[in-house]
Amino acid sequence: MVGIYSPSLITDWLVPGRDLFLTIHILGIACFLYIVAKRLVPLIRAERDLRFDRPLTRLGRVLKFWLGQWRHPRYKFAGTIHILIFAGFILLAVRAFSVLIVGVSENFVMPGLSGKAGHIYDIITDYASTVVFLCMLIAAVRRLVFKPARYAVPAKYGKGHTADAVFLLGLIAILMVADSLFSASNVAGHAQRGQSAEALATLSLPWLFQIAFGSMPLATLWVLNVTAYLVHEVTFYFLLCYRPFGIQFHVETSLFSIYFAKLERGALKPVRWGVPDERLDQVKSFGVKTFEDFTWKHMLDFYSCADCSRCADNCPANAAGRPLAPRFLTIKARDYAFQHYPVLGKANNGKSLIGNIYSEDEIWSCTTCGACEEECPLLVEYVDKIVDLRRGMIDDGNVPQSLQKPLKALENRGNPYGKMEKKKADWAKAAEFQRTCSVKILDEDNSARTLYFVDSITSYDDRIQSIGRSTSRILSHIGEDFGILGAAEKDSGHEVRRFGEEMLFMALRDHNTDAIKASGVQRIVTADPHAYNALKHDYKDVPPVEHISQVIAREVRAGNVQFNRVENEDKVYAYHDPCYLGRHNQIYDDPRAVLDAIPGLKRVEMKRSRDRSFCCGGGGLMLFYEPKEEQRMGVLRVRMAAEAGANVIVTACPFCMVNIEDAIKVAGMEGEMSAIDLTELVDQHLVRKVCPEKNVALETVSCGG
Amino acid sequence: MEILVCVRRVPDTSENEIELDATGKDIEREELVYSVNEADNYAVEEALQIRDRVGGNVTVVTVGGEDDEEVLRRELAMGANRAVLISDDAFIASDGRGVATILKDFVQKGNYDLILCGVQADDGAAQIGGMLGAMLDYPFASLVNSITVEEGKLKVSREIEGGNRELNEIDLPCVLSIQTGINEPRYVGMRGIRQVASVPIPTLGASDLGVQKDSVGEAAAKVRREDYFVPALSNGAEMLHGSREENADKVLELVAARGGLK
Amino acid sequence: MARIFAYIVHRNGIVDDTAGELAAVARRIGPTTSPTAILTGWGADLEAACNSLRAFFGDIWKIANEALAYPNAELVRQALVSILPSNSILLVPHDHFGIDLSPGLSVKLGSAFVSDVLSIDGLERDSLRLVRQEFGGQVSTHVRCDISSGAVINVRPGAFRPEQVTPISSGVIDKSSAVGTLTARRRFFETIVAEAGDVDITKHSVLVSIGRGIQEKDNVALAEELAEALGAAVSCSRPVVDAKWMEKSRQVGSSGKTVKPKVYLACGISGAFQHLAGIKGNPFLIAINKNPKAPIFQVADVGIVDDVLEFLPELTSKARELRGVAAK
Repeated sequence: MVGIYSPSLITDWLVPGRDLFLTIHILGIACFLYIVAKRLVPLIRAERDLRFDRPLTRLGRVLKFWLGQWRHPRYKFAGTIHILIFAGFILLAVRAFSVLIVGVSENFVMPGLSGKAGHIYDIITDYASTVVFLCMLIAAVRRLVFKPARYAVPAKYGKGHTADAVFLLGLIAILMVADSLFSASNVAGHAQRGQSAEALATLSLPWLFQIAFGSMPLATLWVLNVTAYLVHEVTFYFLLCYRPFGIQFHVETSLFSIYFAKLERGALKPVRWGVPDERLDQVKSFGVKTFEDFTWKHMLDFYSCADCSRCADNCPANAAGRPLAPRFLTIKARDYAFQHYPVLGKANNGKSLIGNIYSEDEIWSCTTCGACEEECPLLVEYVDKIVDLRRGMIDDGNVPQSLQKPLKALENRGNPYGKMEKKKADWAKAAEFQRTCSVKILDEDNSARTLYFVDSITSYDDRIQSIGRSTSRILSHIGEDFGILGAAEKDSGHEVRRFGEEMLFMALRDHNTDAIKASGVQRIVTADPHAYNALKHDYKDVPPVEHISQVIAREVRAGNVQFNRVENEDKVYAYHDPCYLGRHNQIYDDPRAVLDAIPGLKRVEMKRSRDRSFCCGGGGLMLFYEPKEEQRMGVLRVRMAAEAGANVIVTACPFCMVNIEDAIKVAGMEGEMSAIDLTELVDQHLVRKVCPEKNVALETVSCGG
Repeated sequence: MEILVCVRRVPDTSENEIELDATGKDIEREELVYSVNEADNYAVEEALQIRDRVGGNVTVVTVGGEDDEEVLRRELAMGANRAVLISDDAFIASDGRGVATILKDFVQKGNYDLILCGVQADDGAAQIGGMLGAMLDYPFASLVNSITVEEGKLKVSREIEGGNRELNEIDLPCVLSIQTGINEPRYVGMRGIRQVASVPIPTLGASDLGVQKDSVGEAAAKVRREDYFVPALSNGAEMLHGSREENADKVLELVAARGGLK
Repeated sequence: MARIFAYIVHRNGIVDDTAGELAAVARRIGPTTSPTAILTGWGADLEAACNSLRAFFGDIWKIANEALAYPNAELVRQALVSILPSNSILLVPHDHFGIDLSPGLSVKLGSAFVSDVLSIDGLERDSLRLVRQEFGGQVSTHVRCDISSGAVINVRPGAFRPEQVTPISSGVIDKSSAVGTLTARRRFFETIVAEAGDVDITKHSVLVSIGRGIQEKDNVALAEELAEALGAAVSCSRPVVDAKWMEKSRQVGSSGKTVKPKVYLACGISGAFQHLAGIKGNPFLIAINKNPKAPIFQVADVGIVDDVLEFLPELTSKARELRGVAAK
């Protein structure tokens, strides 16, 4: 035959064209399926993970995060490039399929894409492959020349990933070129022979090829055509089979990792799905000690990581120089899976992860702030894995001495400081405070509608008790009928759980739940976001809980509270979003609304705010842990506030307060920066009614007016 | 190696406020929380580590009553093979020597290569180990902060002044009292304790051990505590009551007057 | 009245301060009895030590035996058992040697044993009333000891003031021959000296000493800044070393270094006796502690109830002003 015709019609090779290409199809697909089956082996042996509920919600998230690439624009440049590539791939999917089939069935046309529709589709895909090709070039240049910092691989994690990344970019570029050449040579050939052919999209890659090669002799065009076709098919199948060996596997797994992603934020994975609390004693081993202890979804996460490093880029522990970077938690586990469950060869399992691919400090360093999970475009989960690894270490008795003391104190005294239960409400009994505000202790004789859950640090820490008093005065001011549990209240157990001591957490939770139920309260208010998160997500069967900022914001909106003007004009306030109020529970606006309601208050936003807020250093048990770090997270945060032009940081969490105030001292910024809690600020500025008989403010506090 | 560790249940030092009670003769015990004596816990961890290195069994024992079982259970959860409670009305109000006698009779009923105890407990007496060693005629070393096992003997180092260590060789069987900080004890949580909740802990009495009743108990005690008291602050520091600034100035004045601030 | 003996700790020919203290204790127990000092050792060092005791003790018993060149408690015990008359009272300092020796010795002698005694109330026939502490020094207790078959009493170093007396008779009696061959199943090997740290706290006349009240490693810098401003060095108590905030070479105490500064600032130190045992020479002791009931205030010369984390920076900036040093 002469001219350009479908490669399936080749008969003068060793093997007829159709047979050759069919064989490549079969081999390629079989190879891919085999590889995927081997990749699924550890998942089949993994722990169960109940992710099959709420399919409609999950589908909705697939539309938002997968199809809609929702997370990508958070990094504008890389995000845009990826969106273009992704869109290109989606659009090119059908075309790729058609091209492959053409090698077997010469006149194959996708059903529905004949005629005009087909032509429009071809125009679109001409541009799509051009855009994808350009993106490959841009991405390669970005990687090789501009080298964004977050892609760097510290020496201890091995060699860099750039070579592999560029290799893959190159392969995709080749795919685009091959596809375009195939089309271009096809069209050019038909044109030369006077046959009708679709016009190529103007200025697209195939169009440019046609301009470049269109006038070549027919025989040459035929060689180009067949070569392009062969290259396309081989590259396509090479990529298909190569992807499961690296980060590009996310192309296939992303749909699933997003579909099966966790729906409830702030909540933790149970020790074992399907095992209720009462039967936990029968579970032989808690937590993740070997790779096989992970659930299949966690293993899927390891496969799905695209190594974009957005997680590590936002991880405060990483920024502080702690030995933790979420990205490498995943990559190391993925490499472990590849090594121990190889495609070729036998699976060999069961080595302990801690001490092997993970170090203890690495796992204890995490503050569970959730910044990593907030960034990941593939919705890879981290907090549950960290907690599971910690559960394993606790089960083995492998706990740093610095944490053993507060854990023991929590077991014996219900608070990490070892202070006596009977002193839990002493903060409310300070004489001067009692004159301005009397706090009810709920018991057989006293009841109230609302429980103010104070939690340990606010009850016992000298500095933080002021938050308890301010909160009480605010609740009193708005006429809330509230009380505290006093000695009956134990630590909420929020960090106890997140540090892996599930049994101790359950003991604390059950004790508190009983006390709360016995008190008969209908709702709970707290000023401690960790307690808030625990009561909301970790506790069951307790009345609904609110954070004090939500309560105040509601009163502000209803016009029930008025504020006096700020006294000091020089103060510039920056609100620091606490991780467990903001990111985990998405309460960003209420605290801001409260601040903005104070007349004359100048407020600035730090660069990292709202869901990009930078963790202060962590709360609860994290205050006792001695991390290996280069800098304190709090110090980094305080400097961010200064950069934003602030001289006062407003916090809404007692742990943030401790860390920030500490950091101000360590950074040597006393005098330039101070910190105040939202409740303290509100307490200072409330316009209070004066008691007419005594001509004294009903709640006498120092206040601006 | 068969290792025995003698442990004791004491009021936890960091989680209690030790105060006199209303009578003024004893401490207020109602709200005390108890745990295993810290130095004893280090001893158990050391025993477990030695066992894991050279093989054998670790037994923990305490002299007391029902309440003391909880520390035995905790050490079982930590990894001890066996626990024994020694309890008898005849043992009540024994002094240190009485307790050592009881332990001696227990040891002689068994076959132990190494006996460990913590260097001291809440009463700061630091006596049981040394007494036990002498009663058994076993060599003894106190304040031990490292142990290396050799054939038929141990190399131990003792903590002496200046941060120095005294290296000794000691024949087995022997008794050692263990100083805190010798190792990093593993964590024992509620789960661990629940897992050993049904392990039986035998109780042995005076007749089981063949203890001479006239060598233990109140009558035989040569050392008795009469009371607890808090001494009146006879002389004490001259307290400064000024503002922080004033206090700082005063301190510097005093320091300079005595040759500081050069 | 039983005879009273005092075991004298000595090194390199020099007797420990506890020698004079034990003499004082002996006189408290038996004001009319003349106590006897016992020394074990070997060679010229032993001779020198014996001779230096005449100001404190009438009789001095010397046991010279090559096996006792290094004081191995197991061997010393055997020696003492052979020469002590029955029902004697033996006083021993409550240090690492006394802890090693006395409990076992009391068993071999068939005597009572009381450890870490702080003061002697008095002797009533065969009952000696003493004062000890429990719970890390938080409470004191009166203890009665039956001395009818003798007693070994460990005395807290530094709890008694040394007393000198005109000796009734003077003389060193050589009791070496009364002691047979000494063998023990515990053999001394060597002393491993602690690594010299970067700073020798024993050489400084002003020490800024920190305890648990410093709360965390990063706050150690506050003490270092103050020390720099004062021309002093930073030392610490045991918990600070256990928490790995400072090196062992900085520890003051019975298991750390003994210091003799002119001024000692105890910052956030509770005042446990093991720490105080390392402070000799009666320096001017200034204590800063958040807890007004901290035992340190009983032994300090000047006390301030304040948070060290707040007070130290204040002190530092004022010290810098005084010395004209620019703040970093």
